[in-house]
Amino acid sequence: MTELLIRNGFVYDPLNGIEGEKADISIRDGKVAESVGAGATVIDATGMMVMPGGVDIHSHIAGSKVNAGRILRPEDHEKDVERHTPITRAGTGHSIPSTFTTGYRYARLGYTTVFEPATPLLKTRHTHDELNDTPIVDKGCFPLFGNDWHSMEYLQQGRIEECAAYIAWMLRATKGYAIKLVNPGGVEAWKRGRYLVGLEDRVPNFDITPREIVRGICKANQLLHLPHTIHVHTNDLAKIGNYQTTIDTMDSVRGLGGDNKPVIHITHVQFTGRTGSAWHNVGSGAPEIADYVNKHDHVTVDMGQIVFMDTTTMTADGGFQYMLYQLSGNKWMNFDVEVETGAGIVPYRYRRNNYVNAIQWGIGLELALLIKDPWRVYMTTDHPNGGDFTKYPKIISWLMSRKAREKSIARINSIARNKLDLPDIDREYTFSEIAVVTRAGTAKALGLKQKGHLGVGADADVAVYNLNPTKIDPSRDYRLVRKALKKAAFTVKDGRIVVKNGEIVETPMGRTYWVDSQVSEGLMGKVESEMRRTFTEYYTVQMDNYAMDDSELGRSSRVSVKAEV
Amino acid sequence: MKEITLTLKRELHLPVEAGEISPDKFREKSIGEIEGIKIWEGNRQVALADIFKVSENSGGSGDEVTIRVVGNAAKVRKIGYRTSSGSIIVDGNAGMYVGEEMSGGSILVTGDTGSWLGTKMKGGQIEVKGNAGDYVGAGYRGTTLGMKGGTILVHGNAGQEVGCWMTDGTIRIKGNTGLMPGIHMHKGTIWIEGDCEGRAGGQMRGGKVIICGKTPTVLPSFAFEEIREKVKIGEEKIQGPFYVFSGDMNENGKGKLSVNAPNNPQLKWCEKYVEA
Repeated sequence: MTELLIRNGFVYDPLNGIEGEKADISIRDGKVAESVGAGATVIDATGMMVMPGGVDIHSHIAGSKVNAGRILRPEDHEKDVERHTPITRAGTGHSIPSTFTTGYRYARLGYTTVFEPATPLLKTRHTHDELNDTPIVDKGCFPLFGNDWHSMEYLQQGRIEECAAYIAWMLRATKGYAIKLVNPGGVEAWKRGRYLVGLEDRVPNFDITPREIVRGICKANQLLHLPHTIHVHTNDLAKIGNYQTTIDTMDSVRGLGGDNKPVIHITHVQFTGRTGSAWHNVGSGAPEIADYVNKHDHVTVDMGQIVFMDTTTMTADGGFQYMLYQLSGNKWMNFDVEVETGAGIVPYRYRRNNYVNAIQWGIGLELALLIKDPWRVYMTTDHPNGGDFTKYPKIISWLMSRKAREKSIARINSIARNKLDLPDIDREYTFSEIAVVTRAGTAKALGLKQKGHLGVGADADVAVYNLNPTKIDPSRDYRLVRKALKKAAFTVKDGRIVVKNGEIVETPMGRTYWVDSQVSEGLMGKVESEMRRTFTEYYTVQMDNYAMDDSELGRSSRVSVKAEV
Repeated sequence: MKEITLTLKRELHLPVEAGEISPDKFREKSIGEIEGIKIWEGNRQVALADIFKVSENSGGSGDEVTIRVVGNAAKVRKIGYRTSSGSIIVDGNAGMYVGEEMSGGSILVTGDTGSWLGTKMKGGQIEVKGNAGDYVGAGYRGTTLGMKGGTILVHGNAGQEVGCWMTDGTIRIKGNTGLMPGIHMHKGTIWIEGDCEGRAGGQMRGGKVIICGKTPTVLPSFAFEEIREKVKIGEEKIQGPFYVFSGDMNENGKGKLSVNAPNNPQLKWCEKYVEA
């Protein structure tokens, strides 16, 4: 029996309504407990801030396209090399860190759970191989639907229940956690050399529109009782004036949820919140989107904030990546994953003095500041698309300090500065709100009941930061906030101390969460026999070789739910 | 004025990563401190004194630092890493990455150097009496930023892809070069006094490549422009005549490729395009 006591810290646990009160956290056998014995190891957190371990809802850390990005960019690794220590492995970093380094760096930031948000069904085995090599953090992945022939065919025929059973089969086969939609229908169109515009264009060869796909998959998601909502990268990403598509996508599933429950998560809204009609008059659609989110309960979003740096963009949205290649002239990669999806990679440097980049920077922050309810907007950089995850402390300081924002605003492109609403926004996040947007809110959105809080019975994932919230004013001392959040004083994972003063001291294996939604045998049998036929027609892989076994996961953690069908 | 001599104590079998050998790093240090500087030999960290005998000759005034490396340092990499002033003289061979990211000062190597000579260099001078390896004045793999300034002079031959992704500065090779000098270059000058194996200037967007010796052919994506008696590099005028091409058309490039006419009779076809 291992016991740990985190004594005397200022605890921020918004899910349990604790806002910076002095409290002790008792931990027994990897769970938060009522109390511990006198023999417990003690962490003295006097004058420090204690939060649940961070939960990242959207970060591309593993999988075939992440690895292709690593191969494409030797120069990215060259500038950031970590030597091995007796405990940790050597690795390289910057925008696409190697797997082990990813785990270490998240732990240093006080993050303990990370979700890889886009993995092609066929290549999810690769994703899990990499996740197995990502130490410390708990993880999971969202397989890609919405451009695969199976779900499009089922939706086209209006067979939502069969579509749900197919998705359940796939999630079990790929050990996925939630449904990700990337440019629904649009990637299939791009693979045929076409772009879809808005939600009403028809997908070539499939008599279906993006709106029908989003609605259909959203219904299937509800039939399956999956813990997370559908996770959507909308159509028209990065196109000018695309904020309307984002709002249309949100609106397309309005009313599907009932009782004010979120039914859709729109991810990296920064990339899909642009107004304007040409590159020279691109503006921020954040006020419109925030207004919609404020008025409707069925949507959650994450920022996808950009940071001015050299990074690597990667998404399953091959068409967008081709467009970015044409704009930037940088090297690029594009993929076609059989009948399922596509992908692309382009290195990109965000520049302060670039008008569009400066607007993008503003959109992300405006969103986070204008959406009133922090439980429905989460902090991400869409790592590595907007910047790498080690920049989170910087973004937190922008959210918490108007002064920090003003300092950055003074340095961005002056035309963009005059066009953005950001300089007029006074709001500053509190530590409690930061805890919501980085852990409590994301854990809730992901349906992880044991994460994101420190109530009795929760997983003992705790981050302790060397920052006294009663002594410092984050609005003024934003630099101190940044510094403290960069290196957690302690990170505790499942009751074990993994980081001490910003250094890794232990590297346990994190869990891999996956969802097993049990569909009635009759329906599943019918769908399986249909799939067996289409598999031989569509795929290069036999259906029997397709599914992953539980033993292929490093530390499998099955989340079992009962489907409605 | 401070002169520090590093004499190799033993033959090296493993690569030594010695980016610390730079006047900037030695300036403020005493002999004892220099001896204690940690460098990597293979996968182990060792003190500089484990590999080199360190001695100092102080004299004169000023804080100019000269480092002399004596012995066969062909396994020693990154000599002169990020040097901004002072000078380094390598009496013998040097390894890879000599003068990486240097911004000033000078480096003289009396023997040969390995590949990546002056990679990502920003300023200063490098002179090599012997031969240099591949990627002289190039950028790191995958990057789009090669040498940005300064001059590199190689008395012997150089390998493949001289000046890859070069964005400014001058490279002069007195001997021959391998394939693709000036690949991806944007600006700057590459002057090859000897022969070139071919494909000079592939994908170049700007800058000049001058070949005084033989080259088998010019890439088809280069357009013939004119015949010139002389080509200018700064103040210097090189006697020709030269066939001058521009390209690389595949990249919409405006680079200039000058190839010596008398040494390359196979390019005589150009002459029919010269306006009378």
